[in-house]
Amino acid sequence: MPVAEHDESAADAAPAIRFDRVSVTFGGVRALDGVSFEVDRGEVHCLAGENGSGKSTLIKVVAGVYRPEPGAHMEYFGRPETTVTPQLARRRGVAVIWQDLALFPEMTVAENIAFDHLVGGMRLVEHGAIRKIAESALARLGVDLDLGARLNKLPIARRQLAAIARALASDAKLIFMDEPTASLTQAETDMLLDVVRTLSASGVAIVFVSHRLAEVLEVSSRATVLRDGRLVGVFEAAGLSQTRLTELMTGKQFDQRISARSFAAAPAVLSVEDLSRHGEYEGVNLALRAGEVVGLVGLIGAGRTELAHTLFGMTRPDRGAIRLNGRNIAFRNNRDAIAAGVAYVSEDRLALGLVQQQSIADNLVITRLRAISNAAGAISRAKKAAAVAKGVTDLAIKIGRPADAVSTLSGGNQQRVVLAKWLATSPKALILDCPTVGVDVGARDGIYRIIRRLAESGIAILLISDEVSEAFFNADRVLHMAAGRIVGDYDPRSVSLADLESAVYA
Amino acid sequence: MRDYLRTHEGEARLLAVLAGLVVFLSAASPSFLTAANLASLMNNSAINVIWAVGLLVVLISGGIDISFAVAASVVQYLCFYALMAVGGGDWLVGVVFAGAIGVAIGAVNAALIAGFRIISIVVTIATFNALFGLLMFATAGRSLYDLPNWWTERIEVVRLGDHAALALPVAAMAVAMASTWFLISRTTIGRQLYAFGDNPEGARRAGVATTPMQFIAYGWMGLMAGIGGLMQVNIVQEIVPNALIGRELDVLAAVVLGGARLGGGRGTVLGCFLGVLLVAITQNGLNLLGVSPYAFKMVIGLTILAAISLSGVDLAALATAKSGRRKLGRPD
Repeated sequence: MPVAEHDESAADAAPAIRFDRVSVTFGGVRALDGVSFEVDRGEVHCLAGENGSGKSTLIKVVAGVYRPEPGAHMEYFGRPETTVTPQLARRRGVAVIWQDLALFPEMTVAENIAFDHLVGGMRLVEHGAIRKIAESALARLGVDLDLGARLNKLPIARRQLAAIARALASDAKLIFMDEPTASLTQAETDMLLDVVRTLSASGVAIVFVSHRLAEVLEVSSRATVLRDGRLVGVFEAAGLSQTRLTELMTGKQFDQRISARSFAAAPAVLSVEDLSRHGEYEGVNLALRAGEVVGLVGLIGAGRTELAHTLFGMTRPDRGAIRLNGRNIAFRNNRDAIAAGVAYVSEDRLALGLVQQQSIADNLVITRLRAISNAAGAISRAKKAAAVAKGVTDLAIKIGRPADAVSTLSGGNQQRVVLAKWLATSPKALILDCPTVGVDVGARDGIYRIIRRLAESGIAILLISDEVSEAFFNADRVLHMAAGRIVGDYDPRSVSLADLESAVYA
Repeated sequence: MRDYLRTHEGEARLLAVLAGLVVFLSAASPSFLTAANLASLMNNSAINVIWAVGLLVVLISGGIDISFAVAASVVQYLCFYALMAVGGGDWLVGVVFAGAIGVAIGAVNAALIAGFRIISIVVTIATFNALFGLLMFATAGRSLYDLPNWWTERIEVVRLGDHAALALPVAAMAVAMASTWFLISRTTIGRQLYAFGDNPEGARRAGVATTPMQFIAYGWMGLMAGIGGLMQVNIVQEIVPNALIGRELDVLAAVVLGGARLGGGRGTVLGCFLGVLLVAITQNGLNLLGVSPYAFKMVIGLTILAAISLSGVDLAALATAKSGRRKLGRPD
C-alpha cells in the first residue's frame, strides 16, 4: 500500500472516491467485471448504462452494501479501505438517495431530514436541535419546506428535496441520486438540477443516475459508462451527444428506424370515448385499430397505468364509453375483460406478471387452465405439455426445462413468458405496460419484434412506455398523456424524436 | 393545541364525534352526565386504556399482539404465587412483579418474532394459545379469591362527589399514558419505533437497530399487560383464569379506532384514549337508554366499522371533488 496516500496534503487533493478492479458475481452472473470508478470532489458525475449494466451494483459497492471480490481497490477521500460496511461508507461521507427515497412518510419533514440524529440509543428528542439541523440543511439547498408537516403531505418532488437535505444533514460529501427525476415535471427537474449545481459548487460531489440523457449531459461534467458489467469508459460530458452516449451504453450503432404505418382505415378494435375516472384520468378518447401499435407516453403519475387498469376491467370509469369491436361493453372485472379478448401485461412483471416461484410451465398455462382441463376439471398433462411447447416455440423463449422456476430466467425471457401467457388467450387487444423495464438491450429488440409480429397478426396493441424513444420507434402513433388527459397524438413520421421528448418531459 | 389538531386530524375528528355523543347522551338520559356515572365509566375503562397504550407501541412498530390479555391473566396468577412466596408483599412489590413477568412474556414474543422472522400475528396467536392452554391446565380452571388485602382494597384517588371517585386504576392509567407518550414522542427510541413501523427497509438502511426495536415494543406491551392485569384484580377482587379472554380484540378495535394504523408508523396516546372512551361511552349510553345488552356488541361493531371506513375518507378532498373536478393538476 503506498504510504504517500496517508499524507494529509495528498489526501486533500485525492478524489472523493477511487475504486479499481471491482468485480461482483451473483450466483454465477458477473454483475461487475473489473470496473474502475472515480469521482472528484464537488464534481457532478453521470453513471450511465442500460438496465442490468451494473450501475446499481456499483452504487451498492461504494455504499458498502455489497462487498467486491478480493483484489479491489477502494478509496474514500484519499483513505484506502479493505472492507467497507454501510456504516463506514456513511462515516466517510457517502449518501445514497435511492429511487424509493427510503423516507418515513408518517413522520415530520424535520424528523426525516435530521433522522440520523434520532438513530441510536435512548436519548431525549431535542425538537429544537432537529429543527435547526433541518433548517440549515435546507438553507444549503436554497429551498424552503414546511418542517412541521408530515412528509406524506408533500408532493413527490419536495420529498426528493427532503431526501437530499437528509443526505446533507448527515454530512454527506458524495451523494448518489438514483433516477431522481423519474417522476418530476420539467419545472421540478430544473429546480432539482439547480440544487445539484448549488451542492456541487459547495464542494459536494453528486453521482447522477438517470435515463433522461439530456438532463444528465446538461448537469454532469463527466460520465462513466457501464455495459454488461464492464467499464466502457469515462467521457467528458462536454463533447458527448445523446446519441453517442446511447451508443456507448448499448454498444450498438443506433439504426433504429421509425416503424410507423397508417391505420386510419382499419376497424377500431378497442375504443373509448370521453372516459373519466376521478383523480386518475379525464375525458380520454382513443381508438386501437386492428394491427395497430399505439404508444402511450407520459410522466409517472400521468394516469397511463390507471387508464390501462380500466381498459382491463380492473377499475370502473365514472363516465364515458368503452367499445370492443364497435359494441359498448362494461367489464365487471378483469375476467370479463379476458373473456372478451383484452389482455394486459403489467408493468411490474416481478410482482404481478409472474408467479416467480412457480415453474415456467405453470406460469405459461395459468390463463388457460380451463382449456387444458378435461371434463372433470383436472388438468390434462398432454394438453398442458402441448400448450407449453407452443408458447415456448412461438416466442422463442430460452428455457432449461419447463419445470424450472420462472425466476431462473433472464428479464427478457421472463417477459416472453408473460407475453406467451397472454397470447394463449387469443386476445384482440393487448395492453403492454412498460414491457421492456428490466430487460437488457439485446433482449429488448426481440420484444419489439414480437410486438410487431403480434400486431401484424391483427391484434390491436397499446404500448405504454416510460421512454419516449421506445414508443417513437415501435408504435404507429404516439399518444401523450399528462395529468390524466391525452394532450397529444403524434405520428412518428411527421415529428422528430427530440420534439416529442421535449413535449413529454416539458 | 390548534397546531396539534391540524397534524392530528384523526384525533380531532374522534374528539368531535365523542363530544357529539356526550351531548346526545346528556340530553337523552339524565343519569349519563352525573359524577357517579362518569367515575364508573373511567374506572371501568382504565384497564383497557393501559392495555391500549401498550398495544399502541406494538402497532406503531408495525407489529400486532393478540396475546396480551391472556398474558395479563398469566401475570395475575404468577404474581399471586410470587407475592405469597414473599409473604404477601405490597403495591410496590406487586408492581415490580407484575411488570417483570409481563416484560418477560413480551420478550418471548419479541424473541420469536425477531429471532425466527415470523410475522407477529402468527407468533402471538401461538403464544395466545400456548399461554391460555398452560393457564387452564395449571390452574385446572380454578379461580383465586383469597388475595392479599392491599391488592383488593379500593383506593380512591380523586373524589368527584358523594358516591363518586376515581380509583387507583385511573391513576395507573394516567401514569401509563404519560410514560407511553414520553417514550414514543420524546425519546429517540420512540421516534425510531415510528420510523421502523413506517418504512422498515428505510429504517434498516438508516441504521436503526431493528431487533432491539422489537424487544422494546413487545416489552412495553408486556409491561402494560402486567400492570393492567394487576389493576384489574384491584377492581374485580378475584383472579379468574379466563376472565380476560376476548378483551384483546376490544382493545385492538379501540386502538385502531383511535387512529393507529395496522401496518405501523401511525398512532397516538390521545387517540388510544379517545378510542377506548368512544367504545365505553357508546356501551354506557346504550345501557342507560335501556337497549338490550345483546345488541351492544353489534352496535359497537357497527360504530367501529363506520369510524374506520370514514377515517380513510379525506373530507377536504371530497368537498373539492364536488365543487370542481380538476383535482388532477400536478403539484405546485
